[in-house]
Parts: sequence; C-alpha cells; structure tokens
Amino acid sequence: MSALAALIRRDIKIALRVGGGALIGVLFFLTVTVLMPFAVGPDLALLSRLGPAILWLGALLASLLTLDRLFTADHEDGSLDLIVMSRTPLELACAAKALAHWIAAGLPLIVATPVLGLLLNLDGTATLAVAATLLAGTPALTFTGMIGAALAVTLHRGGLLLAVLVLPLSIPVLIFGVAASQAAISGPLPFGTPFSILCALSLASLVIGPFAAAASLRHGLD
Amino acid sequence: MKLTETLTDLANPTRFLALTARILPWLAAATAILLAIGLYQSAMAPDDYQQGATVKIMFIHVPNAWLSMFVWSVMSVAALGTLVWRHPLADVAAKAAAPIGAAFTFLALVTGSLWGRPMWGTYWEWDARLTSVLILFLMYLGLMALWRAVEDPSRAARAAAVLTLVGAINIPIIKFSVDWWNTLHQPASVLRMGGSTLDKAFLWPLLVMAIAFSLLFITLHLAAMRNEILRRRVRSLQMMQASRVSFTGEASSGPKEIGAA
Repeated sequence: MSALAALIRRDIKIALRVGGGALIGVLFFLTVTVLMPFAVGPDLALLSRLGPAILWLGALLASLLTLDRLFTADHEDGSLDLIVMSRTPLELACAAKALAHWIAAGLPLIVATPVLGLLLNLDGTATLAVAATLLAGTPALTFTGMIGAALAVTLHRGGLLLAVLVLPLSIPVLIFGVAASQAAISGPLPFGTPFSILCALSLASLVIGPFAAAASLRHGLD
Repeated sequence: MKLTETLTDLANPTRFLALTARILPWLAAATAILLAIGLYQSAMAPDDYQQGATVKIMFIHVPNAWLSMFVWSVMSVAALGTLVWRHPLADVAAKAAAPIGAAFTFLALVTGSLWGRPMWGTYWEWDARLTSVLILFLMYLGLMALWRAVEDPSRAARAAAVLTLVGAINIPIIKFSVDWWNTLHQPASVLRMGGSTLDKAFLWPLLVMAIAFSLLFITLHLAAMRNEILRRRVRSLQMMQASRVSFTGEASSGPKEIGAA
C-alpha cells in the first residue's frame, strides 16, 4: 500500500513540477473554450445553450492532450521497467498512476469550470451541473485513455494514433455527461438517470482500464 | 481433445496453407450458389404492405449488420488466442478480419441510411443503434490504423489484441441498444424470445442471405489470411536478403557483391 501511495505522491509531484505539463491541460481547456465563441458567434443565448457541450468537449480534448505523458516520461527514464518488474501488481500500479494523473490534470479542469462557465453565460445551476458531471465523468476519460496511453508507449507512437484509439471509447462518456448537464438545466429527463449511468461508466472504466493497460504493458514492453 | 489437436495442427502455417488451398474453391462455390439463391428469393419476396419494395433492402442490410458484430467477435476470440495461447495464426486471423469487418459495417451503415431515407424521412438519425454501429466502424478504422502504424507484426498484434478486447464491450451494447433505449430503429424481430415476428415469406430469404454472407466472410477471411501469411514470408525473406546483402557488403564493400546477392 505504501508503495502505491509513494507512486501517487511521486507522479503528482512530477506532474506539478517545472516540465511536468499537468497545468498546460487547464490552459488548453481555457483556450479551446475561448475559441468557441469566435466560431459560433458571441450570441449569449446560443452560448448558454451550447455551454455544457463546449465545456465537455474542451475537457475531453484537454484530458486527451495530457494523457500522452502518462507513461512516456517513465518509459524514457526507465522507471516504467522498474514498475513493471516490481512486486506490486502492475494493475494496481497502473490504477495508482491514473489516479495521480487525474488528481494532477483532471481536478484542475473541474476547478476551472466555474470561471469558464461565466465566459459562456452559464447560470449557477448550469455551472454546478457541468462541474458535477465533469467530476463524475473525467475519471472515466482518464482510465479509458490510460489504455490508449499504454498502447502508445509500447508502440513508440503517440499523438494522433492515441487520439484515434481513445476518442471512440470516450463517446459514451461524452453522451451521458452532456445529457446529464442538459437534464439538470432544462431537459425533461430527471438529472439522476444519465448521471448514474455516467457514474457507472466511470466505475466500469476503473475496473477495465488498469487491467487492459497492464496487459498491454506486460505484453508490449521488451 | 480433438478440437485442441486440430487447432495445434493448424498452428503450422504450411499445413494451414495446404488445407485452405483445398477448401477455398468449395467454399467460394458454396458462397456463390447460396448468394444466387438468396438474391433470387429476395427479388421474388412479396412487397411489404407498408414499406412496399423498400423492404428488400433488409435482405442486404440485416446480414451486413449481423456480420459487422460477428467479425468483431471473431477478432475477440483471435485476440484471446494471441494473448492467452500465443497461437501463431491468431494474430494473422485478427489482422485479416479487420478490413473485412470494416467493409461489412460500412455497408450496413450505407444500406441502413438508404433504407431510412424513404421510411424515416432521413438518411441519418442519432439514435442508439446507429450511433453505436458508427462507433464500431470508427473502432474498426482505429484498429486498422494501429495495424498500419507499427512495422513489427507481433508487437502490433499484442497491442491490437488488447484494443480488440476492450472494444468488444461495444458488441452487447449494439445488440441490446434497441431494447434498452426506445429509439427509431426497430427492436430485434428475428432472434428474440417467443420466436420470430417476421413472416415466413421474408424470414427464409433472410436466413439464406445470412448464411450466404457468413460463408462470404469465411471465404474472404481465409483468403486474406493466406495473403497475410504469404506477405509475412515475403517480408522475412526480404529481411534475410537485406541482412545478407549488408553482411557481404560489409565484408568486401563492393557494389558488385550486392548485385550478385
């Protein structure tokens, strides 16, 4: 257990340090959100209707952008081999790494959501709904994205291939995340229905992600 | 015991090539005959009282849609073969199946939207069944991109196997999407509890077409596997050749030697 705690502490420390690149995700999130009003026009009513979708897309792309770093840095300096060979089960180590990545790169996105909500003319309930759905949904993005990151590091390919592999897997999270936000703001559906499916997706990816990532690391690294 | 023996026998690519060379003509002939019968029966099937002649799209659309899911299941079994049993032909099977599955999925989407235009009044509707099949299509393309991104086939095979197994979660979602969500696409009418709701005049051509399409997949898949094995042999011969050339080139450092080798 202490090994996993140490791994989490180390990953967070590295991510927040100079050159870690966790906070670049937030900057990217901000930039994408600011870009949107230029693309669709500064119509405030339209922006408040599109707001949850824009925020979700921004968060999805931002978390995808930072995922590239999840295993590559460790692979380059050799610590990934030590993690694979250590006595701690690789599945748990992968889960710990993903958790650390979510704390360092996912939580700041949720903290930034209220500020960005102001830019998109979202009222209090809407902002709260988007923040709540992001809180429930971003773990799923991180844990499914980890599978892509593990594949990318074993193949020595990143970037576009990672995006092509991970984005189809994250479509359900996007669907139910935006559906829950819309339900809280206006929709005829109760908020609880899509929100609990979103939580279920997160929990399922919490189980599947570490096993798939560990399998691909174990079979792929040489 | 018999099955494992057969599978171990098939692990030898040379034996596999010899066996499939004998089987393939028969399979191709059976596919052609069944397709001809199925197409004839479909053309002769009566018009639906509501849909008119457009109901005949079903005889192409439904087998394509079934196979789009069936091929991913075949690839999932092959992925298990790669990861668990390290069967030497499993990754060949998985690689050969991906483009065929993508083609079936694409045809299912195209015929579906051609059918949807007169029936629903739209080519595309973001309902659960259509969206999940579209995701399946994207995953087929991603998988093919993965196969193409990596030169070493065995390394690509293990990565693709993990991705295939993760993507297999989508298959039951596609199958049951029409039951879980109340959407535009109609619920299952052939394979369901309490028997098929389809009339016999439509059911028989559909079943024949389904078997014909399955045979078509098996034929194409075996042929593609043969191609892949031969392609890998050519690749390893080329690499042997290249290493011999560079070796002799180093030894005597003359361009003549390269020409001779």
